[in-house]
Amino acid sequence: MTGGRITAPLAVFILGSSAGCGGPYSTLDPAGPAASAAAFLWWGMFGLFTLVLVFVVGLWLYAMRRDPDPAGGQDVGRVHRRLLVGGGLVLPMASILVLLAFGIPAGHMMLPLPPAEGEALRIDVRAHQWYWETHYPGTGVRLVDEVHMPAGVPVNVHLTSEDVIHSFWVPRLAGKLDAIPGHENVLRLRAYSPGIYRGQCAEFCGVGHAHMQFTVHVYTPEDFEAWLEAAQHDD
Amino acid sequence: MTDRNNAAAGELQQGLGRVWANLPGLGALAAVNHTTLGLRFMVTGAVFFLIGGLLAMLMRTQLALPEQEIIGAQLYNQFFTMHGTVMMFLFAIPILEGLAIYLIPKMIGARDLVFPRLTAFAYYCYLFGGLIILLSLVMGIAPDSGWFMYTPLSSAEFAPGPGSDFWLLGITFVEISAMATGVELTVSILRTRTAGMSLRSMPIFCWYILVMALMIVFGFPPLILASILLEIERAAGLPFFAVAGGGDPILWQHLFWLFGHPDVYIIFLPAAGVVSTLIPVFAGRPLVGYRWVVLSVITTGFISFGLWVHHMFTVGIPHLAQAFFSVASMLVAVPTAIQVFAWIATLWSGRVAWSLPLLWIMGFLVVFVCGGLTGVMLALVPFNWQVHDTHFVVAHMHYVMVGGMLFPVLAALYYWLPHLSGRMASQRLGYWGFWLFFIGFNMTFLLMHLTGLEGMPRRVYTYEAGLGWDGLNLLSSVGGFVMGGGVAMIIIDVALHYRFGRQAPANPWNADTLEWATSLPPAPYNFVSLPTLSSRHPLWDQPDLPESMAAGQHGLATMAHGRRETLGTDALHGKPREIIHLPTNSWLPLLGALALAVVCISLLLRAYPAALFGVALAAALFLRWSWENGVHLKAAPLADDEPDDLPLHSRSCDGPGLWGMVVSLLANGALYLSLLFAWFYLWTASPGWRVPDERAVALLPFLAAGALLSIVMALYHRAAIRAVQGDAEGLGTRLWQISALGVVHWGLLAWVLYDAALAPTELAHDAVLLVMLLYLLIHSALAVVLTVLQALRVGYGYVGARLPYELLVLRPFWIYTLGVFWLSFAAFLLLPMAWGGQ
Repeated sequence: MTGGRITAPLAVFILGSSAGCGGPYSTLDPAGPAASAAAFLWWGMFGLFTLVLVFVVGLWLYAMRRDPDPAGGQDVGRVHRRLLVGGGLVLPMASILVLLAFGIPAGHMMLPLPPAEGEALRIDVRAHQWYWETHYPGTGVRLVDEVHMPAGVPVNVHLTSEDVIHSFWVPRLAGKLDAIPGHENVLRLRAYSPGIYRGQCAEFCGVGHAHMQFTVHVYTPEDFEAWLEAAQHDD
Repeated sequence: MTDRNNAAAGELQQGLGRVWANLPGLGALAAVNHTTLGLRFMVTGAVFFLIGGLLAMLMRTQLALPEQEIIGAQLYNQFFTMHGTVMMFLFAIPILEGLAIYLIPKMIGARDLVFPRLTAFAYYCYLFGGLIILLSLVMGIAPDSGWFMYTPLSSAEFAPGPGSDFWLLGITFVEISAMATGVELTVSILRTRTAGMSLRSMPIFCWYILVMALMIVFGFPPLILASILLEIERAAGLPFFAVAGGGDPILWQHLFWLFGHPDVYIIFLPAAGVVSTLIPVFAGRPLVGYRWVVLSVITTGFISFGLWVHHMFTVGIPHLAQAFFSVASMLVAVPTAIQVFAWIATLWSGRVAWSLPLLWIMGFLVVFVCGGLTGVMLALVPFNWQVHDTHFVVAHMHYVMVGGMLFPVLAALYYWLPHLSGRMASQRLGYWGFWLFFIGFNMTFLLMHLTGLEGMPRRVYTYEAGLGWDGLNLLSSVGGFVMGGGVAMIIIDVALHYRFGRQAPANPWNADTLEWATSLPPAPYNFVSLPTLSSRHPLWDQPDLPESMAAGQHGLATMAHGRRETLGTDALHGKPREIIHLPTNSWLPLLGALALAVVCISLLLRAYPAALFGVALAAALFLRWSWENGVHLKAAPLADDEPDDLPLHSRSCDGPGLWGMVVSLLANGALYLSLLFAWFYLWTASPGWRVPDERAVALLPFLAAGALLSIVMALYHRAAIRAVQGDAEGLGTRLWQISALGVVHWGLLAWVLYDAALAPTELAHDAVLLVMLLYLLIHSALAVVLTVLQALRVGYGYVGARLPYELLVLRPFWIYTLGVFWLSFAAFLLLPMAWGGQ
């Protein structure tokens, strides 16, 4: 009885606090195609692997509880082979094939390949301990801890670092990519619709790591042009 | 008749007891016996586990609520770095090594490991290295760049304090211990199984440990090299990992994970070996698919060296490479699944006896399969890009490590506890311990998957309220404390059982393996006599074997010579080949490790003269160590009553020392290959790589040094062969001549280095060349010193026509030295010329 009385409010508390997976950094509330694909992969794998887990544990429990065959049963060898081949080879291989069938196209789609039409907008981001410096090449616009971009069009974020390794991550838009001194990595971002999205450093980078956040402001393409124009004149 | 037999057996046991006993009082520190040292390893590991656990509790306290400042960022960074470091390097690996050290000789029917002094040395290196690292925590200057120590965060510029140095030097110290154990376990398993125990009839646990030991031999050198390079960079400014000088921080990540991923399997495999050992015992039937399991374990060992890049999917590695490593990472699920289903099949056709160890194995199954599945998820690159470096990975990693290692280790604890103490643990407290631990663990880490999916990154000391992470974190913290309660329960249970546990009967679980044929607790010599086996399940097929062994009715049941002895057998079939005489209690391992501790601390304090003194001291002690071998008075002096059916190994041509030398050289080769990898990686991938216009190393003197080395090697080879053929005429003189020529070669090589126009602090290119040349110089010097030692031993009559063994042990070292010389010439000097760089 007491157990029930304690667990009920606790459950409400968790559900309430996690608010249906919809926090500002939640990968499960995607707002761009790359994040959507990753969330889709998650739910698919979660479903498939829950079945695998239940199956394996169930089989194990059954194997422990069942009475062994009378000694020398001819079927024993066949059952063993079936378990080893079926569970040891077929099950993992089949799961891997299913995963790759969905995963390879999803991964391909996330790459910063040249878009079918037009060109991707280029934004340069330089990571520092502990802030992000954003440049719009050819415009002279420089921002700190902010990225502004248009919705619905591909954006290539060119990442590098001025000191240690950081990692640029806007969970609702796309996966993360490291910013490494001496290297330049390109991350493809794309947002479905205008709004403000939050980003953070994902690679441990020292004392200020926990506070190395930034915001991504996404506009309609027209509003973005207007913002860029205004930002150039501000200087 | 029987009375007389009993009396004889009693006398034998007393005699063995005298020869095998540790020294009394403080003399216990000179112990070399594997039972004693295995226990010391495990107890020390358990203490480090509690320290690591305490750090985890502090971190969970800090994260329980958002925006807390109980522990600041600085301390939190030290804590999570130390938690990972302590758990991986000072708990998981050493405690499994301890388990193997304790069990392996007993399982293969040997009296001790094959290099007992090395066991003791390994323990002291572990203990001192661990204490040095711990000292940094107590002083508040612990490493704080993460247990993965990524450069440049861990480099001198961004981590100017001594924290990184503590990590690099302390961990390398501890790794010496792992390497020593790896070599020793490999040779012991291959060469000291009791008569008739072929590789195919070896207990399955020994296969797991054999693969683990070989993985240590090949897997640790990359990290050892990386640590040495980073420490040199920090102390002397050689830019291996600094972009400005043409180095690359990503090189560190490659070398670290080249070690780090095999390391996961180094930890998992012995634990899986425990599962494969216990399940057949509790099912009362042999393991189904023994050969399948052996093949899976070997396959896992191989695949695990091809996965390291999956820790680096967000680094910007070429996409084709990512695809390759992604598939390889998923494929490792296959051998794991084969083992899981072999266990299921074993349970399927056995009659299962329920018990506490089996409950822990059940917990292992649930948690580990779950962790394995999230591992396959993480191998999928597009998903990995989202959850990498979030709490999802923290959760996955703990499911794999705690599930795959700690649960089986606790099963092992309850299973072998009667073996250690001769008493049975209580059931009730044990069940409480399990359920608290299991529930607490899942509460902490199952929820953490969701925390990660909701975007909480790893290694943040605090977080904003209202991001959806608050409740999950609180529950994880509560779960952590429940788990802590479980650990406390287990400790109480184990402590109480020494006082209140009932006496364990012989072979309490009705197991099939030889370790249960010892007395409980075991005598230091394990077995009075060593049996000839014909079955994989000796105690099931010959239930009276323990009695006949204790009665001295099998091999090596003599005590008159007063030596510690065990049987040396053929690696494949277990045919007896020689009697291995083992060293007795010795202070040299302790003193040697202390000398290395002096080196380590001096380097930390940047007191280089003191470090040099420590190196010289250690070298002197190690040479003394090797001096007390063979027919030396402290080992096995020549006698009139030498056994004639089987020779003593030091009178043979193929003793364990030779095997130890070859396995050590494999490890050394892995270190050298890591250096080659670094060289080629920097050439091809480093963004700021620069090659000097002029070739720095003069070719002609280098070639002359090589030619001389080739001649020296050939002369040594001929001298050794002639000694084997019984011609030791002038052997001493020849060895002196060889040494002299070796010195000339060394001088030439040293001149090449002195003359080379290297700028190692400015160019990574030159820094790597410098390391390569130093590597060659050290090897040539060592080969010469060891040859001088042989020449001296000829003078003392320790080496000669009847005793060519040591010459043969040293020969592979000469071959190796010559091999790396010419390989270096090809890779570091010729190839770049062909490349057009110079």
